[in-house]
Amino acid sequence: MVAKPVFITATVVLLALVPAVVPGYLTSLATLTLIYALLAMSVDILAGYTGRTPLCHGAIFGTATYVVMYYVTTAGGNPWLAFPLGVAGALAVSLVYAGLAVRTSGVYFLLLTLALGMIVWGVCQRWTSVTGGENGLRGNARPDLLGDPTAFYYFVLAVGLAACVVMWRFVQSPFGLTLKGIRESDSRMRSLGYNTTLHVFIAFLFSGLMAGIAGALYAYFNSFVSPSTVALTQSVKGLLMVIIGGVGTLFGGIVGAVVIIVLENVVSSVTQRWSMVLGGLFVLTMIFAPEGIVGKLRSYLARRRQR
Amino acid sequence: MDRRTFVKSGTALSGLAAFGAFDQARAQGTGPIRIGLLTPLTGVVASGGKEIAEGFNLYWDQVGRKIGNRDVEIIVEDDGSNPDIALQKARKLTEQTKVDFLIGDLLANTGLAVAEYAKTTGIPYFIPVIAADDLTQRKRIPNVIRVAGYTASQMPRPLADYAYKKLGLRKIVTISQDYTFGHEQCGGFAQVFTELGGSIVAQHWNPLNTQDFSPYIAQIQAAACDAVFAMETGADATRLIQQWSSFGMKGKIRLLGAQNATDQSVIRTLGAEAEGIISSAHFAEGGDAPATQKFVAEYQAAFKKLPSIYGFSHYSAAMWLAEAIKSIGGNVEDRPKFLAAVRKTVLTGSPLGRPVRLDDYGSPVYDVFIRDVVKRPDGTYWNKPVETYPNVSQFWTYKPEDYLKQPAYSRTFQGIKKT
Repeated sequence: MVAKPVFITATVVLLALVPAVVPGYLTSLATLTLIYALLAMSVDILAGYTGRTPLCHGAIFGTATYVVMYYVTTAGGNPWLAFPLGVAGALAVSLVYAGLAVRTSGVYFLLLTLALGMIVWGVCQRWTSVTGGENGLRGNARPDLLGDPTAFYYFVLAVGLAACVVMWRFVQSPFGLTLKGIRESDSRMRSLGYNTTLHVFIAFLFSGLMAGIAGALYAYFNSFVSPSTVALTQSVKGLLMVIIGGVGTLFGGIVGAVVIIVLENVVSSVTQRWSMVLGGLFVLTMIFAPEGIVGKLRSYLARRRQR
Repeated sequence: MDRRTFVKSGTALSGLAAFGAFDQARAQGTGPIRIGLLTPLTGVVASGGKEIAEGFNLYWDQVGRKIGNRDVEIIVEDDGSNPDIALQKARKLTEQTKVDFLIGDLLANTGLAVAEYAKTTGIPYFIPVIAADDLTQRKRIPNVIRVAGYTASQMPRPLADYAYKKLGLRKIVTISQDYTFGHEQCGGFAQVFTELGGSIVAQHWNPLNTQDFSPYIAQIQAAACDAVFAMETGADATRLIQQWSSFGMKGKIRLLGAQNATDQSVIRTLGAEAEGIISSAHFAEGGDAPATQKFVAEYQAAFKKLPSIYGFSHYSAAMWLAEAIKSIGGNVEDRPKFLAAVRKTVLTGSPLGRPVRLDDYGSPVYDVFIRDVVKRPDGTYWNKPVETYPNVSQFWTYKPEDYLKQPAYSRTFQGIKKT
């Protein structure tokens, strides 16, 4: 197994070279992709590894964004301090969500998390004095040190890589394996003596933490937040990235993020019907690679190795 | 790293390099003037977005997409009716396409997001439809100018004056979509109306995309009011006007509309239900001025429909910018000079048929019409002026300094004078 470290090093080197090779807009697009990749991976921890498909990660992500924006622009706080506060906000929201949703599974989990996500959206929409309502909150939230787009890109890359390593360790750990077990059969894991509810609860919190980090980075990136950041479409976007990249592959989220961000920003300039292209792509993925792009590649490589 | 990995990553890298490099070779000052038009071609306000592009392009087509000896290149990007996408597209147009300035957007939240971006980068941004008051009031940004646009609270004020003095109305209920654009328009109306001595009996705020207005209509019936001021846009406006009529309220209680409630984009889809709704706006497609009728005829010939506020505003904005660019010899790269020229320009040739200038805060001063929805010979409806309020600025009759001391309109602050 030499291929894997080489591949990973090559990817990291390539990512590190992005600002040097494609400065300006494409670097900012790459930054955005990294942030969304982080969101997608956080969704995958629940959807892929725990077998619970959430539709509330947009709300968790957006809560962190709102907290950072509010703390910096309205309250006039320190942008560095805003980051952990934002993540804490996201964690608090996921704590409530997890407490309510862990006992359910399947379509009930999906619907419950959807409803919970909509609550945050509703609050952001109506609580005008704090969230700015429909207009949202504006103002530069990024610390001065990261003002330069290149510096910011490296910051996001560093945070993203660190989060990647942590998530990878998490899903590979014995605890991560129990999650896989719960995904395969909740009752069997329970009869083996595992407190499955607690395990799902912890997985939910961890996933929310990662989504919160992504959301706080997004506040730095965008310097703007409005209800569309916490809306259902955001949750769906994260989930779509996971499905296109490959559910239960973790790094599939990165591939999915690249695909969707490129569609949204590059293809949309060519045709207004970019969401149709996305739809088509989605259908094709479902038919020819239901395990996602990364999943397909993995099984293909495994087959080649066997031969 | 084995050979294969090396080859692969090498290819990928050079591919990336080529992608980034192709945009660098752009000469300054002599090439085409590049305009980035942001407009919602998808999402909830896509139909208005299409009219923005139509109006804007109509002008440039008429002048051959040329100013002096410089070509004009228009790059249209879809903002998806979503502030996040709008922001991303603004970045793209500025940093990659390298446009000379941005214009457009329809929803206030998209415009505010782009304005914030314009503030940090200094790229000129023009907002013919974004009406959020504070963009030219308390939170002005020097490089964001409301060219051929209007301020939300600016337009309903003459209507309040007209309703009190000419129509003799005293007790009014407002119903409005519950977001900033609605808060500001209702605020403008309520403040002027109550300062004259009228009273606002009740204010209803319906969520965007309300399907059923019957609870509101029932409350209005119970309120014992002389008239209703309705601030609705798009499909909400259509539904309110239809339901108002099917509940038999038409003719019983007078309906006044914010300009967007009876905008051509709304009444185009309606019939007699819309007839007789009084509204106020700087543009009336039924106006008698030859310039107005010339524009209406041209627009109709090009797109087979009467122009709405979206098409009109962007047509006028294009003309305004063209005049400004001409006055500085096409040198849009000199941003301070360009912005100063835009501010200085007095637009004489617009479809309004009367000169329009900007006030000191970068928002236009208009002659505002009180309009009535009337039937045309061909059976469609349009807005016909019945009265004109000359020189209405975003500050009405208030002193700007005094006015800016009061808070911005919101659901909780409507400027209502207590008696």
